[in-house]
Amino acid sequence: MRVRTFTAAVAAVALLLTGCSAGEEPDDGTVRLRFQSLAWQKESVDANRELVAEWNAAHPDIQVDYVQGSWDSVHDQLLTSFEGGEAPDIIHDASDDLADFAYGGYLADLTDLLPGRLKADIPARSWETTTFGGGIYGVPFLQEPRVIMANKRILESSGVRLPTPDRPWSWQEFRQIAKDLTAAMGKGRYAVAWPLKEPVSVSLNLGLSAGGQLFHRGKDGKVTVRFTEQDEIVPGTVHDQVNTDLSASRSTLGTGGSDALPGFFGGKYAMVPLGFSYRQQITQQAPKGFEWIVLPAPAGASGLAQGVSPQTLSLAEDSPHKKEAARFLDFFLQPANMVRLARGDWMLPTGTAALADPSLHTPKDGWATGAAVAEHLRSAPAQSVRGYPEWKDKVATPAYQEYYSGAIDAAELRERLEEDGNLVLARYQRD
Amino acid sequence: MSTLRTRGPARFGQYLALLAYLVFLAFPFLWLISTAFKPATELGSLHPTWIPEDPTLANFRQAFDEQPLLRAAANSLIAALAAALIAVVIATPMAYVMARHRGRLSTAATGWVVVSQAFPFVLVIIPLFLVLKNLHLINSLLGLVLVYVVWSLPFALWMLTGYVRAVPAELEEAAAVDGAGRLRTLVSVTAPLLAPGIVATALFAFITAWNEFFFALVLLKTPEKQTLPVVLTHFLGAEGVADLGPLAAAAFLATIPSLVIFAIIQKRITGGMLAGAVKS
Repeated sequence: MRVRTFTAAVAAVALLLTGCSAGEEPDDGTVRLRFQSLAWQKESVDANRELVAEWNAAHPDIQVDYVQGSWDSVHDQLLTSFEGGEAPDIIHDASDDLADFAYGGYLADLTDLLPGRLKADIPARSWETTTFGGGIYGVPFLQEPRVIMANKRILESSGVRLPTPDRPWSWQEFRQIAKDLTAAMGKGRYAVAWPLKEPVSVSLNLGLSAGGQLFHRGKDGKVTVRFTEQDEIVPGTVHDQVNTDLSASRSTLGTGGSDALPGFFGGKYAMVPLGFSYRQQITQQAPKGFEWIVLPAPAGASGLAQGVSPQTLSLAEDSPHKKEAARFLDFFLQPANMVRLARGDWMLPTGTAALADPSLHTPKDGWATGAAVAEHLRSAPAQSVRGYPEWKDKVATPAYQEYYSGAIDAAELRERLEEDGNLVLARYQRD
Repeated sequence: MSTLRTRGPARFGQYLALLAYLVFLAFPFLWLISTAFKPATELGSLHPTWIPEDPTLANFRQAFDEQPLLRAAANSLIAALAAALIAVVIATPMAYVMARHRGRLSTAATGWVVVSQAFPFVLVIIPLFLVLKNLHLINSLLGLVLVYVVWSLPFALWMLTGYVRAVPAELEEAAAVDGAGRLRTLVSVTAPLLAPGIVATALFAFITAWNEFFFALVLLKTPEKQTLPVVLTHFLGAEGVADLGPLAAAAFLATIPSLVIFAIIQKRITGGMLAGAVKS
């Protein structure tokens, strides 16, 4: 009896597995493209799926298969797929993840594949984020600035001047306002919560506003790290808010943006600097009656400048249908479609025509503030630096974390970023 | 009397430690259940409660609406059951040989099994991908099952070898004396005594395959083939942002099959079958 049950089980499993082995696609002349999208929020997935369905309906000879990937594991997954020659034809990623793939020859150079319309529509500063060694390896299409989510009631009742993109706060002003606000808010409450789980990208990208650059390319093309006075302004402000003024919460330094939201809703923090797309979570989770506004990040010597790593669409070098895939990109990134994608992801489109859409300039949910900041966004400083990921993980992340928590001072931060950091970068830049 | 007095506090301490351990184990799971039934506004509350104030099934509805959870669960179940079954079928006779016929080969095999546990996923994934590609087993559950079997086999073998060693050889000798042949001894004497070990090993192989993420992510290309852990990551965004409610709901559902399987066969894992079998 036992033996019979066992045999039956083996047979059933074998049957199921045979039915599940890979099937070959029928060869009826239809071009099939695999599009791996990383969209994950419902509205965004819906927008992506709708656009793919519209394309498929209009192009029976070029069919696109929508595959959902995950931001969490996209790099390793793509690397393996590239090595195995099984990568998707159309690849959704972020510009800061492309350098290694572009230099490795896995991505197609889009310079001659993209239509002039698309090239002209997206500004040069955005194309810079996906240009490596003279080739274009992705179309930057969505981006998000870091903004300040603020509790409207607390800020308005305090009487402080609310900043606008035309008249933003300076970093000094921001520090002073945070100090005064904390004093007015009472014990256990803070004007600011900096969620700095990823301290490096925040420090570098916001640092641009104060004229920081950190990475300097020499005449020989080699990049070195130099932590100048301008580089110190933004990290210094955060450090002083946490450690000197006590106007920023210490407990959020190690947390992600979502973790700071309960404190924001509960009135514990008046302002939380976050990515623009966090507005979606706020609208979903905020308690009834909670009023919030979106303020531009403080400005410095370079105005509202900020570094960004836009979301990108690339084509695999191994794809046998690059021209067809480029046609799909042209359709997918038509201005009206870019607006749908941007609204779905609560981000800003890079295309100038899309950005001009009235729906992205409404004050509701802070769209207008983001749209006004868009022209100041540029390529993140680390974008094309080889060895950046290792510098970030091994040197910069622990150094910034210790600096923000008050464990080390600015001099030691500088020393570690420069001395330890340049050793790492040098290894990647040997001739 | 004095023995009882000293035993009392010690036993109390043991129970206390056990309780603390249970709480430690149960805490994340209970929190997961609580989160699964909370509306979005409660997830953003500064003072979260264990029991949802306004319980809702919306997260479950959203999870099912957005992702093909049932299909993914079916894929996971097929892959995990097949992997467990095949691993046990291969490992049992191997473990018997390794336990009963100790020699250089057996020692070397055991050594290799231990060493093979040291290879990290990322080291083998690209060669494995290329091998499977040549065999046309990419994007196939069969390919995934083969990987799971190979991946869980060393530990399964190691585990089962221990169980075989625990079965006294005297029992097999006694059967031989009674006239049973080698096969009859194995089937009628050794196999029943090994049952708890086989069940435990199968459970291990099942859970390993059920929870496995990275191989499934890399080897399965089309959504129709994806397993549950891969589909669960679709609720995650960049920089650790997550659609927490639906993620918790889907993750809670994903734990149920493991719990059910444990509940059904846990009584089989109980020891004591050998008690009194041999007088030593």
